Amino acid sequence: MKFTCLSKGGGFHFPPCHMLNVSGFRILLECPLDLSSLAIFSPVPVGLEAHEPLDSESVARKKQKIEKTLDANDLVRAEPWYKTVKNLHLWDASFIDVVLISSPMGMLGLPFLTLSKDFSAKIYVTEATARIGQLMMEDLVSMHMELKQFYGPGDASFPQWMKWEDLEVLPSELKKIALGKYCEELGAWMPLYSAVDVKDCMKKVQTLKYAEEACYNGTLIIRPFSSGLEIGTCNWTISGPKRNKIWRMMILALIQLLILHQTLGGSVLVPIDRLGIVLCLLEEMSLLLESSSLKVPIYIISSVAEELLAFTNIIPEWLCKHRQEKLFSGEPLFAHVKLIKEGKIHLFPAVHSIELLTNWQEPCIVFCPHWSLRLGPVVHLLRYWCSDPNSLLILESGVDANLALLPFKPMEMKVLQCSFLSGISLQKVQPILKTLRPKLLLFPKELRCKIQISEANTIFRYSENETLRIPTSKESTEIDISTDLASRFRWKPLKKETITWLDGELVMDQGKHRLLSGFQPVDSKQQRPLLHWGSPDLKGLLTELSKMGITGTVKKVSDEAEPENAAGIIDIVGPEKALIDVRETGTVIIAANDNLASHIFKAIDIVLDGV
Amino acid sequence: MAIDCLVLGAGQEVGKSCVVVSINGKRIMFDCGMHMGYTDSRRYPDFSLISKTGDFDNALTCVIVTHFHLDHIGALPYFTEVCGYKGPIYMTYPTKALAPLMLEDYRKNMDRRGEGEQFTAEHIAECMKKVIPVDLKQTVQVDKDLQIRAYYAGHVIGAAMFYAKVGDAAMVYTGDYNMTPDRHLGAAQIDRLQLDLLITESTYATTIRDSRYGREREFLKAVHNCVAAGGKVLIPTFALGRAQELCILLEDYWERMNLKIPIYFSAGLTIQANMYYKMLINWTSQKIKETYATRNAFDFKNGTNLAEIMINGFHQFTYFLDPAIAKFLLLRIRNFDRSMINAPGPCVLFATPGMIVGGFSLEVFMQWAPSENNLVTLPGYCVAGTIGHKLMSGKPTKIDLDKDTQIDVRCQIHQLSFSPHTDAKGIMDLVKFLSPKHAILVHGEKPKMATLKERIQSELGIQCYCPANNETVTIPSTHYVKADASDTFIRSCLNPNFKFSTCSSVDKSYLDSNGSKAISRLSVSDDRVSEGILVVGKGKKAKVIHQDELLNTFGEKKHEIQFAYCFPMHMNRTENIPSASDLLCSLDRCTLISRLSTILSNELSEGNILDLGEQLQVESFRASVCLSDNCPHRLSGSFQNNSESVFFCCCWAVADEKLAWKIISIMKGSTLQTT
Repeated sequence: MKFTCLSKGGGFHFPPCHMLNVSGFRILLECPLDLSSLAIFSPVPVGLEAHEPLDSESVARKKQKIEKTLDANDLVRAEPWYKTVKNLHLWDASFIDVVLISSPMGMLGLPFLTLSKDFSAKIYVTEATARIGQLMMEDLVSMHMELKQFYGPGDASFPQWMKWEDLEVLPSELKKIALGKYCEELGAWMPLYSAVDVKDCMKKVQTLKYAEEACYNGTLIIRPFSSGLEIGTCNWTISGPKRNKIWRMMILALIQLLILHQTLGGSVLVPIDRLGIVLCLLEEMSLLLESSSLKVPIYIISSVAEELLAFTNIIPEWLCKHRQEKLFSGEPLFAHVKLIKEGKIHLFPAVHSIELLTNWQEPCIVFCPHWSLRLGPVVHLLRYWCSDPNSLLILESGVDANLALLPFKPMEMKVLQCSFLSGISLQKVQPILKTLRPKLLLFPKELRCKIQISEANTIFRYSENETLRIPTSKESTEIDISTDLASRFRWKPLKKETITWLDGELVMDQGKHRLLSGFQPVDSKQQRPLLHWGSPDLKGLLTELSKMGITGTVKKVSDEAEPENAAGIIDIVGPEKALIDVRETGTVIIAANDNLASHIFKAIDIVLDGV
Repeated sequence: MAIDCLVLGAGQEVGKSCVVVSINGKRIMFDCGMHMGYTDSRRYPDFSLISKTGDFDNALTCVIVTHFHLDHIGALPYFTEVCGYKGPIYMTYPTKALAPLMLEDYRKNMDRRGEGEQFTAEHIAECMKKVIPVDLKQTVQVDKDLQIRAYYAGHVIGAAMFYAKVGDAAMVYTGDYNMTPDRHLGAAQIDRLQLDLLITESTYATTIRDSRYGREREFLKAVHNCVAAGGKVLIPTFALGRAQELCILLEDYWERMNLKIPIYFSAGLTIQANMYYKMLINWTSQKIKETYATRNAFDFKNGTNLAEIMINGFHQFTYFLDPAIAKFLLLRIRNFDRSMINAPGPCVLFATPGMIVGGFSLEVFMQWAPSENNLVTLPGYCVAGTIGHKLMSGKPTKIDLDKDTQIDVRCQIHQLSFSPHTDAKGIMDLVKFLSPKHAILVHGEKPKMATLKERIQSELGIQCYCPANNETVTIPSTHYVKADASDTFIRSCLNPNFKFSTCSSVDKSYLDSNGSKAISRLSVSDDRVSEGILVVGKGKKAKVIHQDELLNTFGEKKHEIQFAYCFPMHMNRTENIPSASDLLCSLDRCTLISRLSTILSNELSEGNILDLGEQLQVESFRASVCLSDNCPHRLSGSFQNNSESVFFCCCWAVADEKLAWKIISIMKGSTLQTT
């Protein structure tokens, strides 16, 4: 097995990406997009600001490369491109056999892969991830549409901002995002796929149910189990004929609930796209509001919100026990169903929808995409609220707030960055390893000093873009031989063992080698090549021959000292003349009669070891 | 190893499905149903046959329930709470959600019929707590050895076929299934599995149904005729499955025909049930699923008259129906209560329970049956002992309910000819598709099952059984011998290994004219496995190695056995060339070999004859001109050298023994011509 880390990723929204080689099959784990790099682009400009040409002074200043603090004008004003995993471009897409996607976030880059001409891999995704991932991609496309309409059709193959002169003048902070540390990441940028591409991509996806076994090529058995990170996210087990391994991404999860404590004077804007957290926040928040008897409407603005929320209510398999119990007692799985019914939560597809305009009421709480603050309804709402000191923006920690908020400065709005714990904390790693007791463990190099691991027998430390060869346990392959076939074998006893030639048909089924009684050709007169070893004992041979009524004498023994085993010639006199020339490595039967010859052969076969 | 299959219920009958299968040391109970036709001890399976001491926890590995119909789950609370089974129970998510409704409904009816309670509402709740829900295709490891998996079965929402595997032995228990999609559920789906045993239902063992649409029209016409004449239509149905399907069907028709006659539901019938349907959308047919995905699921909050409908519980149902049907439900379907039974005017009423086993449907039936204007529609199958069954067998004019009550039956009876069960063709298709080594039929009627059994045995060549209740069928199970294989063997099996050989065959077309003519045919074989050798040592695991590895493994040297024979062949000389004792030049030898080759190719129908100049080769047989008088392969004294003959020294391996002797006899019988 070989293992290559293509990208370590970055947080919840950009899961790591790996390439695995198991039993000769190339398996790609995840195909994400680095959406945090959207920060270098400017959101849709408003009013005059949009048409304001770069004045000569600022151009001159840029040319002189005078470093100053970033401002909104430094951002790239162009239709955004999207940054994929750069190292994935080093691999030939046609050589990938299997793609495993374990979360909606790990799926956002998939259409780029399925678009490439020679791509033919089988893509396995759980049903829930596929549905949510598709909605997220569609949402991305529709949010991007706004920017596309603004900038109009441009040079799709090579936009202006990617030209060297323009890149040169970017402030270093943005340049680092655009080009990477060693200017090697420019190739990772791609123009966004279209809605049609998303559809085509989804057609190529093989969806799996909870813990459904999929068998790839009869060899690999692939099974998803819930990982707890998000709805529909999973860990995979991959087992091949030789080994049985659990592939566990080190991102087991804990959704920590944030209890918002906020007396509401102004509105709250929550640009968070993590479905699980949004659902929990919705429930908790409405409880809080109810107890404080505040009548504050909650709006959810997204082109896919409705479908997404409806979908979460029909997948009990992927939820925790406590929610499953709700199914069995006939309640909706999530409280949002009730809240929507009661008119406490309102869903709108876009900021400009008429329902929103007629229903709008402030103060309010708004959930909407996108967390990068460059796309979607959040851009408009931020512009609207940014100068209101009473309102509050909630950001996830991990987002570079300074850069993210650049286009909206000066900000009067309060900003709260809170961390929604996801993935496992390092302290949790040890107990998990204790229960799993893996024989082999792969661990990122950076974490070496942070944790002591003693549970695993062998530990490999990996770093980005380095292929690790992982030794397989030395057990040999197991074969199942069907009993009806085994009973037909002609066994030959030896001194210590019994042996037989094999027969039948070897098939690979469900990751197992099976030997089944195959189709036998009618005229299978073909004899097997007989294999003998050792050297015959001449006396024993004479005895066997005499049992068959064949008489003869040892005529010539080349080694007088050891007449028992050594070579010699046996002269057959009855019933007909024949010779047996016995040597160290072979015996020649010389006879003029087929019957006699075959009898002699049988006698030799008896005294020799063979099969 | 063997699989023991103890049929505790639904053996040669329909009702109280329960089969206990022992498979490689594991014991699984499939279904735990009750019989609707009995009120005494016969209504439950005879659990004492599983364990005399009543220690069911040790006697059974797990219980699997296929769907929520009472004849499949009705005895479960009794088994767990009264008999005391505490082990794992598996069913699908919808079954776990809906089964308590069915059981509770049954318990209340039992009460009303005065049968005395076999289990209480608490029993049902406690029992359901023990249930572990499974998703379709989810592979569940029950314990180290037992693996189970559910497959979609159609029939009712949540119905599943179950696959169970222990070691190398595997089986499928179908429960009830439907091989054609209906209005709201899809057709059964299963993978091609390697099975030792298939246990299948056989309700319609001999019926072959034609198109569904014709049969649906029949039903709609009967209903329409009745209401058009001012009659009342009673549709006794269980809360789940059939009610939803018929509802969709009627709506379509009402819409098309622009009918205004009200359709009622008896209270409580679908309120909860439809709610579940909404959450379990993944289990309905593809079409309904798609409608759901594209439809605005929150439409209802806009309308005002919707509030009323929501109270009736139908809003939940509208979630997954297309807008037309939702509208129909909102506009036409009303709630029904007792006071409306004798209200004038035509109507259609859905009432529980099905088969008229008691409860509200019986109450309504007693009122409506005496009028010939009215119509009762019954499902395709009613369990023996129920009023539904009595109505279907012949046309009774009176039905005795009990000692004191007698019902006059003058109303029309319509039997639905479509059913959520598969027909005979569907059963045959499934058996053929799965091709198990053995099949067992349950859940059917004895004579019809016997016919189907014959068909399965004769047409598919699969051993088939239909045991009666409390009988055990034992069948052998697959067992594999485990062996370790060497890498060389596996690698050689991965590579193509073509062998070409010519073999003779008699072409029959020549038989009449020219007599038989042997023609040679090139055959290609790719037998990779036969290069493998299985070695079994005492106390060691069997090992498969490649033939090339054998000698190395034993540390031995190969000993080759060959045959050799040097003999003279007759030669006809026309020229005066040096006698054979003189040295033949190599050119002459080549000439002789090519002559010999010509002779052989005329006479020999098999083998690949190669002329290698000074040597002739047919498979492993080699012949060359021998000039040495002391050739060790000559048997002394048997031949004399003379000018009329030339010696050929031949050798061959044992594989071509027969061929070699054939060639030698041809050579001995021919004469070489030299010019």
